[in-house]
Amino acid sequence: MSMLGSLSASNLDSPRSRKGLLLSLALGALALVILPMILPGYQISIVTQILIFALLAMSIDVLAGYAGRTSLGHGAIFGLSTYVAIYWSTTMGGHIWVGLLLGIVAATILAAIFAILAIRTSGVYFLLLTLALGMIVWGVCQRWTSVTGGENGMRGAGRPAFLIDHAHFYFAVLLIIIPVTWSLWRLVHSPFGWALRGIRDSESRMRSLGYNVQLHLFIAFVLSGFYAGIAGALYAVFNDFVSPSTVQLSLSVSGLLMAITGGIGTLLGSFVGAAAITSLENIVSIFTERWPSVLGLTFIFIMIFAPEGIVGRVQLLLARKHQQS
Amino acid sequence: MSDVLLKLDHVGVRFGGLKAVDDVSLNVKRGERRAIIGPNGAGKTTLFNAITGINPATSGQVIFEGRDVTRAQPHARAAFGMSRTFQITNLFPTLTVEQNMQIALRGLSPQKFSFFGSSDFTADERQKAEGALAISRLNSRAQTLVRELSYGEQRQLEMAMTLATGPRLLLLDEPAAGLAPSERIIVSDVIRSLPSDITVVLIEHDMDLVLSLVDWVTCLNNGRFLAEGAPADIRNNSDIQDVYLGRRHHA
Repeated sequence: MSMLGSLSASNLDSPRSRKGLLLSLALGALALVILPMILPGYQISIVTQILIFALLAMSIDVLAGYAGRTSLGHGAIFGLSTYVAIYWSTTMGGHIWVGLLLGIVAATILAAIFAILAIRTSGVYFLLLTLALGMIVWGVCQRWTSVTGGENGMRGAGRPAFLIDHAHFYFAVLLIIIPVTWSLWRLVHSPFGWALRGIRDSESRMRSLGYNVQLHLFIAFVLSGFYAGIAGALYAVFNDFVSPSTVQLSLSVSGLLMAITGGIGTLLGSFVGAAAITSLENIVSIFTERWPSVLGLTFIFIMIFAPEGIVGRVQLLLARKHQQS
Repeated sequence: MSDVLLKLDHVGVRFGGLKAVDDVSLNVKRGERRAIIGPNGAGKTTLFNAITGINPATSGQVIFEGRDVTRAQPHARAAFGMSRTFQITNLFPTLTVEQNMQIALRGLSPQKFSFFGSSDFTADERQKAEGALAISRLNSRAQTLVRELSYGEQRQLEMAMTLATGPRLLLLDEPAAGLAPSERIIVSDVIRSLPSDITVVLIEHDMDLVLSLVDWVTCLNNGRFLAEGAPADIRNNSDIQDVYLGRRHHA
């Protein structure tokens, strides 16, 4: 899976593509503001869900696209945050905002534990190790019935009154997602982010340049878990219910598929990927129950025809067009 | 003692039953230009890996500037002032020359832990990068993607990146391997023009190139020390001719 990293188009930093980036960002932001005014309530909540999953996908992309480490454990990190937030606000009777913070802290700590075990590996071993770690979390949520409610899950305490309206909640999520996304953007374009790209391309070179590769990967994993934790906490308020399916492998896979569909190593492609996969899921499930099969076929289609993802593909086409002109 | 920059004391590297490097001792003086030669499989690159820590020595000691670094991690040795190139070009191909230099320069600065800062060069970094690129004759190619450079230019970039952090010991693993004759001339000119306070140890197969560049030569064979001496002595050493220059029988 480390090949995922090498596909990333990293030419986002030239002035001309920066202009195009700003334009598409402005259009995207405009769409995000206008959409809830024209969409009916249920569909607004789908867009809200897209934003939350886009954040999960971005957190995966930081590792998969920039550090060349594809994780299948991020669903568990995300879901732990959801569990902790809901447990705090219902069983413990605490305040939901404190619950969200605790959820993020728990997710970050879990990511640190995953990181200690996983950063020594790369490629398919990293994939399998994070998958196994995620399965442990799922197993605990499934079996520790007295705390997690087992299969039945836990119902939340309900959204705070001012967030019950779909559009209100949407804008609240958007207000959090925008600065969080900006900080992720800064992260992958910081000297630290460039060091991650270096590690993706050549660990031995990075070591002999003086980089402590394992320390960098550890920090990247923990930061990535922190962002996945924010997404999971938002999901607790969004869904107001949590069950083992929230920490299940399929969530990790969906998050990764969103990052890949949008374009691994493009960060913002995660929004496109989350929108594509979530919309497809909603449309397809009107006609058939075989959503996973359709998802699988879609993924095969993308891997064959646009392995660099939608945004990655567009970047390549634009770059080619620019070269010809 | 203080003028010995790098001291190998009975260094051995063992992979299971195979002794790839066996009991090699040598002293490299500060500012020296040293070549390590030997036929394929003589243990040259393995010795380099023991010096830089990629495959640490399994016996003996590696002492750099009086400090025992035998067990130190590669990144720690880099921080002590060692820098190396690789036999097989080892760069960041999807990034530009300038971005490669940025990553190289920050390897030893706390800047590498700047999580949300700008990745643009600071004035000081730009000066260092331009200096290193000038020595390697690559300043006109700063904005080029590395994968679009010629192989010779990639070797030059390797040197620029290892020079960027101001190392005191430079280890060059076959800097001219696979190059066209014209590119070899550039690389040997670059090596000749390295600042004289940098100590250089290089592995090279091209005898004419190597003997014109260095002031002392160590020859290995089958992982063991065979001989050492000034280039002129090496040319005339019959042991070395037997194991390494044996092709004279062709003539």
